[in-house]
Amino acid sequence: MKKLRYAGVLTAVALAVAGCGGEKVGSQPQPSAGKECGTFNLTVSPWVGYEANAAVVAYVATKDLGCKVVKKNLKEEIAWQGFATGEVDVNLENWGHEDLKKKYIETDKVAVEAGSTGVKGVIGWYVPPWMAAKYPDITDYKNLNKYAALFKTSESGGKGQLLDGDPSYVTNDEALVKNLALNYKVVQSGSETALIQAFRDAEKNKRPLLAYFYEPQWFFNEIKLVKVNLPAYKAGCDAVPAKIACDYPPYDLDKIVSKKFADSGSPAYDLVKNFQWTNEDQNAVARMIAVDKLTPDQAAEKWVKSNESKVNTWLGRS
Amino acid sequence: MAAITSDLEVEVRRPRRSVVVGVLLVVWVAAYFVLRGIDTLVLGGQETTSLHRWLTEHRDDVGQGNAFFDAIRIVVDHFVVLLQNLISQPSFDRPVPVIGWLGVVAIAAYCAWAFGNWKVAVLTAAGLGFVGLQGLWQESMDTLALTVAAVLLSLLVAIPLGIWAGLSNRAFRVATLALDLMQTLPTFVYLAPLTLFFAIGPAAATIATLIYAAPPAVRLTAHAIRSVPPESVEAARSLGSTRGQTLLKVLLPMSRSTVVVGINQTIMAALSMVTVAALIDAPGLGQTVLKALQTLDVGVAFNAGLAIVVIAIVLDRVTTAAGDRPWRTASVRRKVLLGAGAVAVLVAVWFSRTYVWAAEFPSDVNVGSRIAVVASDVTAWVQDVFGGFTYGVRDAVTIGLLNPLEGLLTGSPWWLVSAVVVALAFLLGGWRGAVPAAVCLGLLVATGVWQDSMVTLASTLLATVVVVAVGLALGVWAGRNHRVDIWIRPVLDAGQTMPPFVYLVPFLALFGTSRFTAIAAAVVFAVPVTTKIVADGIKAVPVVTVEAANSVGSSTWQVISKVQLPVARRAITLAVNQGLIYVLSMVVCGGLVGAGALGYDVVAGFAQSELYGKGLAAGLAIVLLGVMLDRITQAAARRTQNFQGVQGRGDKR
Repeated sequence: MKKLRYAGVLTAVALAVAGCGGEKVGSQPQPSAGKECGTFNLTVSPWVGYEANAAVVAYVATKDLGCKVVKKNLKEEIAWQGFATGEVDVNLENWGHEDLKKKYIETDKVAVEAGSTGVKGVIGWYVPPWMAAKYPDITDYKNLNKYAALFKTSESGGKGQLLDGDPSYVTNDEALVKNLALNYKVVQSGSETALIQAFRDAEKNKRPLLAYFYEPQWFFNEIKLVKVNLPAYKAGCDAVPAKIACDYPPYDLDKIVSKKFADSGSPAYDLVKNFQWTNEDQNAVARMIAVDKLTPDQAAEKWVKSNESKVNTWLGRS
Repeated sequence: MAAITSDLEVEVRRPRRSVVVGVLLVVWVAAYFVLRGIDTLVLGGQETTSLHRWLTEHRDDVGQGNAFFDAIRIVVDHFVVLLQNLISQPSFDRPVPVIGWLGVVAIAAYCAWAFGNWKVAVLTAAGLGFVGLQGLWQESMDTLALTVAAVLLSLLVAIPLGIWAGLSNRAFRVATLALDLMQTLPTFVYLAPLTLFFAIGPAAATIATLIYAAPPAVRLTAHAIRSVPPESVEAARSLGSTRGQTLLKVLLPMSRSTVVVGINQTIMAALSMVTVAALIDAPGLGQTVLKALQTLDVGVAFNAGLAIVVIAIVLDRVTTAAGDRPWRTASVRRKVLLGAGAVAVLVAVWFSRTYVWAAEFPSDVNVGSRIAVVASDVTAWVQDVFGGFTYGVRDAVTIGLLNPLEGLLTGSPWWLVSAVVVALAFLLGGWRGAVPAAVCLGLLVATGVWQDSMVTLASTLLATVVVVAVGLALGVWAGRNHRVDIWIRPVLDAGQTMPPFVYLVPFLALFGTSRFTAIAAAVVFAVPVTTKIVADGIKAVPVVTVEAANSVGSSTWQVISKVQLPVARRAITLAVNQGLIYVLSMVVCGGLVGAGALGYDVVAGFAQSELYGKGLAAGLAIVLLGVMLDRITQAAARRTQNFQGVQGRGDKR
């Protein structure tokens, strides 16, 4: 027992002596934060495409302008609230949300638009590629009724199932089914996770699936879903929600910043305002994050190195 | 004589009651075929009632920019940030937190040893070391800081409230209602408004966690105070103790172990909120889980979920050990050892402040990525092997059980369903069941989401039946067999604290997006708590009673059904009640995997501003369903208890 105790004390002393080696805290030089740019709060909405935008803008703002960027992971709705309470300065990818624009930009005047991101959003109905190959005419909505029996599930009550996704997105699907006289029932999956998993399973096990989806989306790197053509969108055809019988409009994804940030004269505001790229650019960065598992910062660095001319135009150094 | 007459009454009344219930159900089904589709109160996905629109308009009315809320926010924010600076975030112009990993492990293990015993101290060190090896040290410390803050604040509020509810009957009744509300109202309903009162940041996340986590501590404290034998209190009074003395010297010490169980449950509840709080930017492991799920990376999500489970198990075991430790002054030997330990801890803290290796967890050994790979592989394997079979099970259950039940509930006119439910409640529980049922049904109609409530009710009933069946079987097994208990506990803890988001993905692969998937997820979440309570109840049956039954040659089955289950009746009632509440608290998660109905309404209300009011109404409907089912089962339990009491007397005679 006594021996054991001595052994314990000796080990403790030995450990203590051994521990004294090694690098000391604070011996590395610390990066200094730039002063003229200051800090801004960037909301990060929960999808990978957004994260790609945020990664590149934050990288450029930190490296080239010396700003401090505080990323906040928030649902869209809460990010809009943040403009009012002063906790969010920048939203880098906004999908429509006309009601929120009206409230926070026009009525409360706490936020302002900062132009397009250059990325085009598409919403619509999609089928897995194996179905498009096996039933080539399925991509025309007129033939959907012919295939309704294929899409029957335990949830669809004898009709074909049209699976809807994350409730954050606008959907006219119930009106569409009714007005196009389709023998389908809209089933709410409730989340993007459920939707992607359903498509994965459908392609792998050759199960039929018709679902609401959208581009750009990192998942297209994995499976190239095929869009079903609804009656083409014409301006004004979606004016009365209950009578909609046409496809979703193309979305111009844009940027929103807080009024305070826009008036601050920070160089970061000019960067955010000038920031513009393409669906391909966003997909490339999103792919590095989602599939290659790079951290957002690494992915941004890689992309920025090979696209310096674009970055220079954002920074006004043409 | 009184015994004989009541006996007769029972024999005449009992068969009649089950016959009446049967007849009632048959009449309902017959009426359903006649009245199908009338007055079903359907409300489409994007449709709202005037109540919903009114709620949407008045969402921002409460307390924005209010000095009171601001004061709370500043205090809570500072508290959480202080804890983060201490253990997780770089602070005070240093690139590392005040205390590095070595210091944290040393302090935690030392506290576990001082308040508990050396076994939990080893467990603490091993557990914290493990999350470090997973490559999640900083995230875990953020989660720990937030959890500790939320739990401490919860207890600050909950223990005094619990004592008050324990001492006063009126406070008890009010508290029970408020606690039901806090536990079943889906977090999504108040998450967005909370960020308005308390701004985006640690305060809102902490307070959201507090609302969900405080109720168990209040409940169990009140329960503990009320269970102290009146003789002890009277003895203290007769010796001239004041009220305060009685409380401090008799009531609190005697109820300590139950209060600790309450603290335990509060910790578990706080940890189960980690992922949800991450939706409003709460730092920590929840972020890792959500980020991983954006790309459906089950492996990484599981790794982070596992860290939450490990933290939960460590905290649970340490608090349990602390609760079991007898109160007495330490011996000289122990004092010396404690002193030596304190010095060692100080050395460790100094190291962790001075050297990089002790400050930042070394990243060369990373088991996290390996765990992630294994978890992904196992999930893929399960999906491949069972994929076809599970769809068959889903379809069979849905078509055979769920669809008929749901059809009956949603297809009948609302007044028919209400009449049947109130009649059933009266038959099963008398006025105590019927009156709350009638009130709740009336309010359900008023919420405007009647149809969705009925869909959710059908799934909830099915899930609760499964939960109670599985929980009883497992609980009896674990309660009778110590070894089973030891092995099953960590699994139950995992089921309770593993974020549902993690296992929803494999479930989606196995069962597709459907109501069945939601039921399966609810069962996984609710079985642990039911099992734990049943097991504790069975264990509490006096050994003498069981041995007496054994000695007269009862079979195992007889011992279980005639002795252990009846004696543990109170625990079983509580188990059913908690199983039900846990199933209901998963309704929202069900909405994320295709269950639709109330869960989807709540999620949609959180995501779309114009649907906020409908989401709130749906959240309230979940609460109403919970209160209604709870009151009916409680009243029914009280009734059968009385009957069995009478019968028992008859048997003896």
